[in-house]
Amino acid sequence: MNPLGNIKTIAKRELRAYFASPVAYVFIVIFLLLNGFFTFMVGGFFERGEASLANSFFNWHPWFYLFLVPAVGMRLWADERRVGTLELLLTMPIAPWEAIVGKFIASWIFLGIALVLTFPIVITVNYLGSPDNGVILSGYVGSWLMAGAYLAVSCITSAITRSQVVSFIVSVVACLFLILAGFPPVINLLQGLTHNWQWLVDTITSFSVITHFEGFQKGVLDSRDIIFFLSVIVFSLFTTSVILRTHRTS
Amino acid sequence: MIKVENLTKLFGTKRAVDGVSFSVERGEVLGFLGPNGAGKSTTMRMITGFFPPSSGKITVGGFDILENPIPAKKLVGYLPENAPAYTDMTVHGFLDFTAEIRGLRGGAKKSAINRVVDLCFLQSVLHQNVDTLSKGYRHRACFAQSIIHDPDILVLDEPTDGLDPNQKHEIRQLIRQMGETKAIIFSTHILEEVDAVCTRAMIIDRGKMVANGTPAELRRKSEWAGAVSLRVNGVAAGVVQEKLNHLRAAKKVVVEVAPASRLCVSSVKETDRRDACATSALTVTVFPRTAGDGDLTREVIEATSGWEVEELRTEEGRLDEVFRSLTMPDTKIEIRNSKSEIRT
Repeated sequence: MNPLGNIKTIAKRELRAYFASPVAYVFIVIFLLLNGFFTFMVGGFFERGEASLANSFFNWHPWFYLFLVPAVGMRLWADERRVGTLELLLTMPIAPWEAIVGKFIASWIFLGIALVLTFPIVITVNYLGSPDNGVILSGYVGSWLMAGAYLAVSCITSAITRSQVVSFIVSVVACLFLILAGFPPVINLLQGLTHNWQWLVDTITSFSVITHFEGFQKGVLDSRDIIFFLSVIVFSLFTTSVILRTHRTS
Repeated sequence: MIKVENLTKLFGTKRAVDGVSFSVERGEVLGFLGPNGAGKSTTMRMITGFFPPSSGKITVGGFDILENPIPAKKLVGYLPENAPAYTDMTVHGFLDFTAEIRGLRGGAKKSAINRVVDLCFLQSVLHQNVDTLSKGYRHRACFAQSIIHDPDILVLDEPTDGLDPNQKHEIRQLIRQMGETKAIIFSTHILEEVDAVCTRAMIIDRGKMVANGTPAELRRKSEWAGAVSLRVNGVAAGVVQEKLNHLRAAKKVVVEVAPASRLCVSSVKETDRRDACATSALTVTVFPRTAGDGDLTREVIEATSGWEVEELRTEEGRLDEVFRSLTMPDTKIEIRNSKSEIRT
């Protein structure tokens, strides 16, 4: 069978598994509640008087994802190993990378569904003013790509361990690094520490999801930002495949 | 269909599988025996392509499992140890997924699912979630998964583990039936299963193959193979011992005093006890010098003529004893040390 068919079969199973358990609904409800609360109460959506979602809505996403995406990704491989179905999956006539990509895509689609369900905020802002919907769309694309990058990191940590809890904690820490590398207080601290070696600061901040997400928020679709997120995904999935292979050889 | 050459698997410095070679053809059911941790599961995991071997070569249906894994895996149905199944799906969903990943679509998929549901008696739990199933049903669901694409080769790791006697019987029958047209490897701890199902059996111990042959051939390796057991009445144990010990083909004679006669003499003084007992019913076993020697039976019949003998028979050999002597060599030495004994 062709790789695309295999990936589709695996992704379909995985997606179905999400919605068969309460995890999916709990996740979506929490994600939407957090979005509502932070946008209106903390982000001051009304007080700003801007017909835009950049500062009040998308700004929070890197932080929501920090906890929520590892929660989605932690079971991907850890559970498969714990239950023993990994043996079943990898003795099927499919290439391991097809399984890795299929499972990743399913979770990514799931995150996309949660993100799309925030659409009332788009309706609200369009009702109240006349925002640039192109910018909003680019914000959504960026947010989804960012979620994908976090998710791919969670895939690695999930493949490392049988325990979902360990997977969750490690991937939160790893994702935290991805955020903090571009967090202004941290940049200031780095500049102080390195006596303004700008190249070093730049290298570290270039790993930050926040710096790469900013462009999308402003409606700037920079190919470098897209490539950044995609390369984090590809690199992480590749690492996942290496880890899974090591488990089998030793 | 399956060819394994010099297969070795190292876990760290431990040799889980050490230089095992064998092959299985269509129409054969190979029983894989061995104590826990002998390397049965590891070997099966390598054949199915889950573990890559440390060294050695495996070809499945002519395809090298390392170089050409996908066409090789297509030919194989695999039931892993403990029968894992996706717990977050219904039985039907699980079978649907495995059928699809095996490349079955539409009508072919539907009829394949119906076929295995019938074969494995899953009708009553078809729309139940896998994690609510009892162990037996989960086992059968996973077994159904392994035969859904009607593979030429089946690798079954303890297929009857955790099943009740009826289910065991059904699964064994299924394996034997499928064995006529497929190549099957299955592992088990249950020695009767070897007789019931296998055309050939292989014993592995500490990663090494210690025996490989038909169940009858393995039995012939037993100390019991060709042993003659008989019951004698009214002859003293010492006399029986003496006479049978001198047979050319006999290696060892064990005389046991029947429990019933022990009761009748329980009041007799200890010193007289053995003789008093020994004149009543005795169970005698004569072991042959060379396993499976047919001469022994003839010699025993000649030697015992004139005695009151009931129930004389030649043993075929015992698989459990072969298994123990091959996998725990120490017990064998103990039997050989004494030439003869009288047990009361």
